[in-house]
Amino acid sequence: MLPRWMFPVVAALMLGASVPAHGATIQITMENLVIAPAEVSAKVGDTIEWVNRDILAHTATARNGDWDVTMPPKKTVTLVLQKAGTIEYYCRFHPNMKATLTVAP
Amino acid sequence: MFVRLSAAIAAVSLLGSAALAQGAKPTDPQIAHIAYTAGVIDIAAAKQALTKTGNKDIKAFAEDMVRDHEAVNKQALDLVKKLKVTPEDNDTSRTLSKNAADKLAELGKLKGAEFDKAYVANEVAYHKAVDSALETTLIPNASNAELKSLLQTGLKIFQGHEQHAEHVAASLK
Repeated sequence: MLPRWMFPVVAALMLGASVPAHGATIQITMENLVIAPAEVSAKVGDTIEWVNRDILAHTATARNGDWDVTMPPKKTVTLVLQKAGTIEYYCRFHPNMKATLTVAP
Repeated sequence: MFVRLSAAIAAVSLLGSAALAQGAKPTDPQIAHIAYTAGVIDIAAAKQALTKTGNKDIKAFAEDMVRDHEAVNKQALDLVKKLKVTPEDNDTSRTLSKNAADKLAELGKLKGAEFDKAYVANEVAYHKAVDSALETTLIPNASNAELKSLLQTGLKIFQGHEQHAEHVAASLK
């Protein structure tokens, strides 16, 4: 039985092990209801960091159902890319906000 | 088509004439009151829609309206508190509230698809009217830079709502 304080450490190690090392971090901003850049290329293992600068909640919702990330106002949320493909995504709350993420294997 | 157009004209002229009736340029405390009132009105309309609609697109749209307008109004309240400004009731706010109450009563009598269409048509018209009031009256007359900036953010948000409403309206046909 591990001491309680070890749980997050073990969890972090396990998560770390499942993701290819040295992935890049790519920042995408959501500001004034615009996603920028609207087209981003990344690789499996990279981390997408969505920065919501608005006073509103937004989502990054993949049209193919791969992921659906909710970002509260003025918060940054990250997602580690697990699957390759060209993914169109949008904000469920503001469907005008659209962008594309191209993920190479 | 005629109904939608006339609703839009009615909404635009009401806002416009109310603003004009006042004659003088609105002051910051009045602008804050008008902007806040406009948000409260759309939240009330959305809450009515949530109790009446069975359409999932309308429901999602109405939930977006509640979420966004509450967020903007919270910012507005925080800002007036910070600036020590007391929002001031005025003819434009009173006209807006009166018209909104009439519209709520009118929509309250409708049911099903009829309600859905009328609600969305009014949302398109209402956001058009608010956006135009922001662009032509409220933003140009706001003297405090932070208030002006919040109104500009509001305009971007509400333009998004207008397009979203138009999109939902088109899907109902």
